[in-house]
Amino acid sequence: MPVTTIAGRDVHVDEEGFLTVYDEWDEDLAKQLAAQIGIDLTDAHWKAIRFLRDDYRTKGETATLRRVTVVGGIPTKELFTLFPKKPAKKMAYIAGLPKPHGCV
Amino acid sequence: MRRLLVLGAGTAGTMVVNKLRRRLDKEEWQITVVDQSDRHFYQPGYLFVPFGVYSAEEIVKPRQRFIPDGVDLVRGEVDRVAPGGNEVLLADGRRLPYDYLVIATGVGPQPDQTPGLLDGGQWRKSIFDFYTFDGAVALAKAMEGFDNGRLVVHIVDMPIKCPVAPLEFTFLADAYFRQRGMRDRVELTYVTPLPGAFTKPIASKRLGSMLDERKIAVETDFLVERVDDKTLVSYDEREIPFDLLVTVPLNMGAEYVARSGLGNELNLVPVDKHTLLAKAYPNIFALGDASDIPASKAGSVAHFSVEVFTENFLRHVRDEPMTGSFDGHANCFVESGDGKALLIDFNYDTEPLPGRYPLPGVGPFSLLKESEVNHWGKLAFRWMYWNLLLPGRPIPLPAHMSMAGKHPEE
Repeated sequence: MPVTTIAGRDVHVDEEGFLTVYDEWDEDLAKQLAAQIGIDLTDAHWKAIRFLRDDYRTKGETATLRRVTVVGGIPTKELFTLFPKKPAKKMAYIAGLPKPHGCV
Repeated sequence: MRRLLVLGAGTAGTMVVNKLRRRLDKEEWQITVVDQSDRHFYQPGYLFVPFGVYSAEEIVKPRQRFIPDGVDLVRGEVDRVAPGGNEVLLADGRRLPYDYLVIATGVGPQPDQTPGLLDGGQWRKSIFDFYTFDGAVALAKAMEGFDNGRLVVHIVDMPIKCPVAPLEFTFLADAYFRQRGMRDRVELTYVTPLPGAFTKPIASKRLGSMLDERKIAVETDFLVERVDDKTLVSYDEREIPFDLLVTVPLNMGAEYVARSGLGNELNLVPVDKHTLLAKAYPNIFALGDASDIPASKAGSVAHFSVEVFTENFLRHVRDEPMTGSFDGHANCFVESGDGKALLIDFNYDTEPLPGRYPLPGVGPFSLLKESEVNHWGKLAFRWMYWNLLLPGRPIPLPAHMSMAGKHPEE
């Protein structure tokens, strides 16, 4: 796995830049990751990011958009506004989680 | 007596009771399977019904015919599972106790989950699905009567049963309109929530270029919010108008799974992806489409996983560790029109690659490449399904995926 430096720290990432080690993430890092894809984190963003982090810790995989809506209680429409175009991918990126594999 | 209870006598449930009845002592084990319908549908056949290839009789048979002697087939609707009390309650009040439970009730299309699909006035008028028998039959009439305009093929969200089926439908529609000499009067669009034609990169590239060659427009990353009369509207406010919409509604597990507290947000049962044992209960398994494993929801996955499950189950009930490990093996024929098809073979870790199958270098099937032999394989599969697969007879294909015959680099 490649190692890259973000916010002055070395972190492990996959070929698309998604963090691969859960515990290398913290909220400062999230702000940097968000800035890299043009997102300024507000409280509404944090609600989604924190849900993703907590859910991953218990389930071992990145929540799908539907799960963030149904279980996390954030309407899909809002997720598209907060993380435009590709909300599932962008949320996972900022939350330092693997890209959701959803689909097959 | 020890009791094995199976919910659902579809592809997975039928295979399981056939295989286990032969392996479990009749003096010691009672096997019961519950289903709400007395007809067994060959679901891969639904794809061909809209094009008039299969008649209804060819894809529907009495369910009882595939249930072996020594297995009780109970017709009824499941109200809920009471995992604490190890029993299943049916809607009519009957109670079925179990020692081991297999949930094999699959997933089904839920058009009511998308506003405007079922309730917008166009359902079965200009909006159709082919994931139900009735839908496929109704669509056949609509296809016959369609003589020009915009045909949109659409997927609401993943995962869906047979993720290649909407692509196959699109290829077959292109060929169908060409044969009728009217392809130039039809605008074909493929609308998907995925970033490409398919989920895995190499297959997505190959299938994507097949869409291009056929002049089929593709709209990617399209997550539908609602249907306004005859227009699809996405969450990011893109609009796609249609004259005829062929949609794959949201696929969800059975409602009783949710009522029993056994499901996730799609009513799928969380299981260990290698043993299919429910994460929450040591005596409940979920097989076929009903589980949350990250594999295609396909008959081939049900087949290969049941092979691994059968041996594991025999150990599990003796309190021995389950040594078999399912690898997510799937293989799917992909109809491409004009009497040809592709074949893809893959698992949790390896995406579909080009090559030959099942014999390396020989085939007779070509992987990720169109051929007539693949098409004949797909048609022959219907016979295999009724006569070999459901009765749990041996099929000379290994349960685990093999790299032999595959070419990682094109």
